[in-house]
Amino acid sequence: MISIRVDQNRCVACGQCVEACPFGQIQLEMDVATIGDRCTLCGSCISACPLEAIELEGAQPVANTMTDHRGILVWAELSGGQVKPVTFELLGEARRLAHQLGVPVAVALLGASTSSAASDCIKYGADLVYLVDDARLALYNDEIYAAVMEQIIRMYRPEILLMGATTYGRSLAPRLASRLNTGLTADCTQLAIDTEKRLLLQTRPAFGGNLMATITCPQRRPQMATVRPGVMKALPPDADRQGQVIVPPVEIPQTSKTRVLEVIQLQGDQVDLTAAEIVVAAGKGIGSAANMKLIAELAQLLGGVVGATRPVVDAGWISYSHQIGQTGKTVSPKLYIACGISGAVQHTAGMSGAETIVAINKDPDAPIHRIAHYSLIGDVIDIVQALIAELKKR
Amino acid sequence: MKIIVCVKQVPASTQVRLNRETGTIIREGVASMLNPYDSYALEEALRLKETLGGEVTTISMGIPSVADLLKATLALGADRAILLTDRKFAGADTLATAYALAKGINRLGTFDLIICGKQAIDGDTAQVGPSLAEKLGVPHLTNVQQIKEIDGQRIQCLRLTDAGYETVELQLPALITVVKDINLPRLPSIAGLRRALSQPVTLWTAADVDADPNHIGLQGSPTQVTSTFVPEHQRQSERFEGDASQQASQLVERLSSLGLLGPREGGLSNDQH
Ligand SMILES: Cc1cc2nc3c(=O)[nH]c(=O)nc-3n(C[C@H](O)[C@H](O)[C@H](O)COP(=O)(O)OP(=O)(O)OC[C@H]3O[C@@H](n4cnc5c(N)ncnc54)[C@H](O)[C@@H]3O)c2cc1C
Ligand SMILES: Nc1ncnc2c1ncn2[C@@H]1O[C@H](COP(=O)(O)O)[C@@H](O)[C@H]1O
Repeated sequence: MISIRVDQNRCVACGQCVEACPFGQIQLEMDVATIGDRCTLCGSCISACPLEAIELEGAQPVANTMTDHRGILVWAELSGGQVKPVTFELLGEARRLAHQLGVPVAVALLGASTSSAASDCIKYGADLVYLVDDARLALYNDEIYAAVMEQIIRMYRPEILLMGATTYGRSLAPRLASRLNTGLTADCTQLAIDTEKRLLLQTRPAFGGNLMATITCPQRRPQMATVRPGVMKALPPDADRQGQVIVPPVEIPQTSKTRVLEVIQLQGDQVDLTAAEIVVAAGKGIGSAANMKLIAELAQLLGGVVGATRPVVDAGWISYSHQIGQTGKTVSPKLYIACGISGAVQHTAGMSGAETIVAINKDPDAPIHRIAHYSLIGDVIDIVQALIAELKKR
Repeated sequence: MKIIVCVKQVPASTQVRLNRETGTIIREGVASMLNPYDSYALEEALRLKETLGGEVTTISMGIPSVADLLKATLALGADRAILLTDRKFAGADTLATAYALAKGINRLGTFDLIICGKQAIDGDTAQVGPSLAEKLGVPHLTNVQQIKEIDGQRIQCLRLTDAGYETVELQLPALITVVKDINLPRLPSIAGLRRALSQPVTLWTAADVDADPNHIGLQGSPTQVTSTFVPEHQRQSERFEGDASQQASQLVERLSSLGLLGPREGGLSNDQH
């Protein structure tokens, strides 16, 4: 049996643990902290105590052990009150993994006025929704979100936690993993279960995509991974699916050292590249800044978004937020059209996950053709103009 | 203002060799360089020092030869450089790296700001920054593209997000990770190089920073690389024949048959009866 104990000789009744306890179970009595019987052994007080006066007895010295962690938890990411597609993709993947493990799939839904998002999560595969609906969660905030997620994880003890490899996901996940002292694998493109050992096999590209590595986290729980948007498949939404919405008794921090002052969502052709289904990308081969207009026109006709290689960004033809590749964004659209792009690995690292790749390049030996599904050989401007004309005919 | 910059040595080439036993990368014998993102981090720190005064310390965890890389940061204008180097640190994943860096930074004393690169281009994990901030109990912000304002109490940054930008303010001390667009790093000056010759790089072992052996190196790393493979990228692309407009019309036809183009204008869409 694991139990929790306060070392009376060390405790100076500073009260840090009282504040840290998410369940209000610690009180200061006669200059020493005492722990109530509704303690869940979550360990928040242990990490909060500056004097190491609180310890779990019968537990490993490292606070994080594998005992009784079960189920898969997905962090639901919202954008403008809507659940981001990557969340549904993760739910689809989580269902597949959960089936092999024989466990339920839960989602942690943090936000303000998110009840319709909860039913969306159920339609896409969640059995349980841990809903934390509060005005303080309206905007993504690393500190507050980490505090709430930590409590949810300590309460429900999932064995696997999946998050989108988005800007926010890749900020929140490492903060959380560090707090929980567990392992985290970034930017996975493939997940599987080793059913014998009940381990999550997490595969990710490294070295600009030149190497794939499969990573496991054998000793700590939850096993955490961020997963690239656009890689996993969402299930078709099922309006008849049943799920349960639970409002966990979490405490939302009253104050934060992080304040989000302003959020600017770009409009029109500058919409979210990482979520785009179609990307038309310009390389140095388009020749001049003026030709960016043609690329934008093609993108617009296709309902896509404009991307670019690094030299195009460096030349100032478009802003850095459009850069794709190792030092830019990673995209996995359904269709990627590379216009005048040579296909250097630093670029392809950010787009090789696209479902269909079209290369337009005058050089038949350019490396981009080796990852493209379709190649058009010739002057990129002539071809882009012909494509525009062709699409306008339709 | 006391600023700490975390810098990592990365292989200059994307060719990789592996240690079959541990599944970790063999770093010896491969030409190396400063992680490009960390050069933006260092530049930003030097600029802050120039306007606000104070000192810049660079810190790295790595093999002994990383001292040369740290020398180069001194030549660029850093005041002090710390190398955490010990066999016991070897094989660290991002959690164990963050723990070791936190121990080193604890030994350095107080600080106002830590700047990391957005990610290291070998692992591309982007995890050490936020993980380190957590270990030190300070707030963090990733993907910073511009420092808008900073004083002794707070820092206001422009952060690049998936959908655009946001302005976020953090109370100091804090940690930020920076993207490439934030600045254009300077080149070392002759005077800087000469000055660096006489400046030592401080070497600290695990014991020097009071690191718990259970939390560092392979031992302290919850994640394990179980296998690695080279991805199959080679593909025979299908090529269209003819001039520009012939190729264009074949492509449009193909994309259309793959369902990658929306419904034809004026055509029936699915929800029209
Ligand atoms: C550390 C590091 C990080 C990097 N990060 C990134 C990154 O994130 N993203 C990125 O994109 N790059 C990155 N790079 C740069 C990368 O190595 C390449 O230099 C870059 O991707 C090349 O861009 P490009 O294809 O537009 O230009 P080029 O390599 O100059 O290719 C232009 C292509 O256009 C073709 N062309 C020229 N004229 C025409 C024409 N009239 N019609 C048709 N085709 C034509 C040419 O045949 C050629 O293949 C990085 C490099 C380093 C060292
Ligand atoms: N071994 C290390 N020593 C010092 N800083 C590091 C080390 N590893 C990572 N960092 C810092 O953390 C950032 C992100 O690295 P990573 O999480 O490995 O992608 C880098 O840009 C560095 O600023």
